[in-house]
Amino acid sequence: MPKFILDDKEIEFTQGQTIIEAAKQHGIDIPYFCWHPSLSVSGNCRMCLVEVEKMPKLVIACSTIAAEGMVVHSQSQKTIEARNAVMEFFLINHPLDCPICDEAGECKLQDYAYQHSVGESRFVEEKVHKDKRVPLGPLVMFDAERCISCSRCIRFCDEIAKDPELTFIKRGDRVTIVTYPGEELDNPYSLNTTDICPVGALTNRDFRFQARVWDMSDTKSICIGCSRGCNSEIWVRNNEVLRLTPRYNEDVNSYWMCDHGRVNTYKFINAEDRVKGPFIRKEGNLIQVSWEEAYSQTASKLKSFNKDEIAFIASPFATCEDNYVFKKFAQSIIGSKHLDFMRHVDPNFGDDILRKNDTTPNTLGCELLGISPNKSGLNLEGIFNGIKQKKIKAAYIIEDDLITVNPELENIFTELDLLIVHSTNFNRTTSIADVVFPSATYAEKNGTFVNFQGRVQRIRPAVASIDVDRAVDGLSLSRLDKFGTKYDSWAEKNKRDAKSSWKILTSLSAFFNNKFKFNLTEDVFDEISKNIKAFNKLDYDVIGEKGILLENINKEQSIKV
Amino acid sequence: MGVKKREKDFTVWERIYIPEIVKGLSLTLKSMFKPKFTMKYPEEKFIPSASYRGRPVLVMENNGEERCVACGLCSRVCPPLAIEVQASETEREKERYPEKFEINMLRCIFCGFCEEVCPEEAIVMSKDYDLAFTNRADAIYGKDKLLVPVNQLYDRIEFLRQYK
Repeated sequence: MPKFILDDKEIEFTQGQTIIEAAKQHGIDIPYFCWHPSLSVSGNCRMCLVEVEKMPKLVIACSTIAAEGMVVHSQSQKTIEARNAVMEFFLINHPLDCPICDEAGECKLQDYAYQHSVGESRFVEEKVHKDKRVPLGPLVMFDAERCISCSRCIRFCDEIAKDPELTFIKRGDRVTIVTYPGEELDNPYSLNTTDICPVGALTNRDFRFQARVWDMSDTKSICIGCSRGCNSEIWVRNNEVLRLTPRYNEDVNSYWMCDHGRVNTYKFINAEDRVKGPFIRKEGNLIQVSWEEAYSQTASKLKSFNKDEIAFIASPFATCEDNYVFKKFAQSIIGSKHLDFMRHVDPNFGDDILRKNDTTPNTLGCELLGISPNKSGLNLEGIFNGIKQKKIKAAYIIEDDLITVNPELENIFTELDLLIVHSTNFNRTTSIADVVFPSATYAEKNGTFVNFQGRVQRIRPAVASIDVDRAVDGLSLSRLDKFGTKYDSWAEKNKRDAKSSWKILTSLSAFFNNKFKFNLTEDVFDEISKNIKAFNKLDYDVIGEKGILLENINKEQSIKV
Repeated sequence: MGVKKREKDFTVWERIYIPEIVKGLSLTLKSMFKPKFTMKYPEEKFIPSASYRGRPVLVMENNGEERCVACGLCSRVCPPLAIEVQASETEREKERYPEKFEINMLRCIFCGFCEEVCPEEAIVMSKDYDLAFTNRADAIYGKDKLLVPVNQLYDRIEFLRQYK
């Protein structure tokens, strides 16, 4: 492998790599604003200037191809002075907006102002004033004064979102960014521009002024918007989810995430209509009852039916663990043959970038776990027909609002004598249910999803509930979480009474002959890895932060989904 | 060699006792005619100088709006985590304002860091020192109790400009 010398260290590189790429690979940070590993090189910020011996002037590390025997200095007097000069230029017209700017705390310009600037300006004239608070699109707000013209957002729209909408106009210190006439920044990936914006010029209108970044805790999770399963981070303050951001995983979503996943997949967690405990229908109304009462009544109700009169509908929104225990409950405890789940396919949702037509996170997981009827059992259609013909008298549905997806089902389900539902929020399905158990959302539990590629990925609890304690169960803690007491308004806020579906089913199994012995999600996953071939030899440590591709699965199966 | 019983044996003069009493009483008598330092609190109140750090208050401009832009630095720097700020958007020129600004006065230690860190001169230490509550909820001061018109705070602001 060819080598060059960077700061007296010999560095290996592959042919065609730039200096900044090779340095990054070896853990040496050369500061940059406009360069982005996934975007084309623009080279306009001049922050990555480095000294290369035998070259007359400093060169930018982002566009200089590394060559054998090159001697590069990124910490020499000349480069440090150059960086300071570049920073001074940037700060000439950058407003002192930090107190009201959302980027503060995760701002590259702030960071570099500490690291690479002497912190003094010689500029005494009035700063250039430009437009502030310009809505570029439905989700993105633009502040022209803060912009350092790095062009990352423009390149993102051109190259990644494949929807050119932004451009520079004017020159010199009047340069600014606008959308093309008649256009809006409304592509389905527009919010990624706010992530890659190194300053606070582009901000997320959905999150604007909600919280300071240093007040939130962040938890590595998976987006539930579609079967891509983009790696995401959940940002929580006061036990409330405030935003989702993409997390880098080259094999799944690279640095990106779509706006649907970012904006539409967390609000139900904080919503007012969350199921706040177990409910049982008494005299026509859903009444909140204790967990003990809910379990015993549900068990006795289930026992009053013949095993072939009960249908079980699992969910591609639930984790593998939930679905596995649900299947086990249906087959080994009740002995029912009727088990299936509903697919949610929206032919207009997918695209060639990240979004997939399957709008659930775990369809492949359900398939691999064998969520399907036994030989003589009924599938979903069969179950619906069975209800109409009064062959099926009871149904158990977890974490899927079937009636909202297909309103015709309402007439079918009302025929049932018993409808048990696990749900995170009250919805059209719970409104006709006889028993409603509060299930934890994906932000309140441990578990795994299998995305369309056959990659198993972990979700982790980010929001504390009565069942999951922030400190005891090792959730990530913000500063406020660490030092709060129960007398502080923020510490105990919004702790909901919800449990993972597998936990509810495990407790329920105690009222039948064959009690489950699961204590932790890991116990469930252990059993899955023993019993299901595709998951062989896996555990949570092996899955890790970036997930792992299942090897033992039928490739056709993954393509079909 | 006689054993010494006391640290210091009294002299005859001291053992007579009466002169020492006279000395003490004369000091008392003298003090009665000196100017008094005590006050009849709460009828009379002590008004501290500008350097005094009483309870922190938010500066309210003459138009009734707060100066605070809810940047959250006071909340970040507060050693006992007494301050909670929730920002929100407004149509005003300064686009950000505190929708909620609460100081838990049971937690506050009157250190003045909030005032020191504030980039907008929006939170200052006042001269209020007599705070009493009968329950925890009363000790949480919201914007209604924290906002104080700027004309009552001029001498503290002047002090800060001089010494901060």
